[in-house]
Amino acid sequence: MELNNILTICYLIGSITFILGLKMLSNPATARKGNLIAAGGMSIAIAGTIFLYKDEDGNGLHNYLWIFGGLAIGTLVGFLAAKKVKMTAMPEMVSLFNGMGGACAGLISIIEFGRLSSDLSSGKSIHGMLVIIFLGLIIGSVSFAGSMVAWGKLNGKVKDFSFPGQQILNTIMLFVMVCIAGYLVLNITPENSYLFYIILAGALFYGIMFVLPIGGADMPVVISLLNSFTGVAAACGGFLYNNKVMLTGGILVGAAGTLLTILMCKAMNRSLLNVLIGSFGGTKAGASQVSASGGTFKEISISDSAMVMAYANRVAIVPGYGLAVAQAQHICHELEKLLDEKGVEVIYAIHPVAGRMPGHMNVLLAEADVSYDKLLEMEDANDLFKTTDVVLILGANDVVNPAAKNDPASPIYGMPILEVELAKTVIVNKRSMKPGYAGIENALFFQPKTSMLFGDAKSVLQQLVSEIKSL
Amino acid sequence: MIFLGIEVIGRVPSVLHTPLMSGANAIHGVVIIGAIIVMGKASDTNYAAIGLGFLAVVLGTLNVVGGFVVTDRMLEMFKKKK
Repeated sequence: MELNNILTICYLIGSITFILGLKMLSNPATARKGNLIAAGGMSIAIAGTIFLYKDEDGNGLHNYLWIFGGLAIGTLVGFLAAKKVKMTAMPEMVSLFNGMGGACAGLISIIEFGRLSSDLSSGKSIHGMLVIIFLGLIIGSVSFAGSMVAWGKLNGKVKDFSFPGQQILNTIMLFVMVCIAGYLVLNITPENSYLFYIILAGALFYGIMFVLPIGGADMPVVISLLNSFTGVAAACGGFLYNNKVMLTGGILVGAAGTLLTILMCKAMNRSLLNVLIGSFGGTKAGASQVSASGGTFKEISISDSAMVMAYANRVAIVPGYGLAVAQAQHICHELEKLLDEKGVEVIYAIHPVAGRMPGHMNVLLAEADVSYDKLLEMEDANDLFKTTDVVLILGANDVVNPAAKNDPASPIYGMPILEVELAKTVIVNKRSMKPGYAGIENALFFQPKTSMLFGDAKSVLQQLVSEIKSL
Repeated sequence: MIFLGIEVIGRVPSVLHTPLMSGANAIHGVVIIGAIIVMGKASDTNYAAIGLGFLAVVLGTLNVVGGFVVTDRMLEMFKKKK
């Protein structure tokens, strides 16, 4: 009893640190400390479970060798992976870790089901347990499979794939799974428990089909959604073991994750449903007509670009995913310093969904030591564009596409954008004229004040820096 | 608890969306506790349960440790500003 009380306190501490940590994470000043606090609470909860946990009959845990072995391996691999990963690959990493959590929840359900089905004859009422096990299984597996697909997509290893009727098939699949699960809950026998594995396979398959058709640009939203799924799966585990800290953590993440997902959708001015079902694919045909009438664009040389920027009063840099892929954040900062020495005011205009994840660009530029107050959010940047001489767009596309404002037929219509066309000159660095993630042409590139500067963001910036130095 | 989650996240600057998602990701790693319990309860002869439980512990730990470390790395960069 004594020990159990201590464990309860451990869990209470864990729960409180999660809430506190999450709260602090939402404020730039306290975010880091919040993360550490939550990590500390997690350690306490884990240590408490290992040493103090007793089941209903008062038996402690055994298999310590396995538990510590697993913890050691997981810690080592997780730590190294997280330390080594490049800042640009962050979104993939989060998705991967999320998948691990989902898989963990799924495995727990599998083992618990095995345990339950082996003593069906005991006549205990297990309906409630089964419901929770199935919930944990389905949600965990979907989250795992979905996260893996999302990971592959962000890596560029998995391509978008969809076929007509896919949504209908998915819905049917989900419905069938729920039906089988419901049937099993009510009439479980040793003979039909194989159906459990059919549900498992179905859930994994559903997870894949769920994420596969969703476009790369929407991946952050999907990851956030899957994140909250895993939270719910963890909460199922909490119900299963009547474990307070799992419940708190799981539900907290489930709710916070859902809200975060909605916030992200709002930043792109799309509804969640639209993201999940819409996938830009269907509108590609309509948009390509615009490109036919797009007209011509003009190129600008490195030396000319260097010239315009060096003699400008204010230069606004609009970073996008191209900058991240090229790992050009450091050289970008160098350019900024150089211009600064020449008396040019440099600002960064950050669109809320620039890059692959909201805040992605801020993280990247912060890595390169770019001062925080030079990073302007969209509204502030839009106020300044009117008085900006040169806008340098580095690998961003959809977030500066004027079609979002003036073409109701465009799939991104209504999304708030950086109104770069208000500036005097716009220089666009891209690798080619290929459209961005949304798969649509950008009329901005064909405007008379826009010049194209083709090439990899990093090498272009390097050339710009040496050119400006020699001016 | 649901309201708490919503209230906690309520007004987040979009700058922090990524770290926040990553932090929340680490927190749902609490499933690890379930994995530990399942592992610790498995009888010595139930190799399937031990094997799967072991895998669950490894994956859960990955989620927790990796999640917190990645989040810390992201936030470290914000810290350096000034």
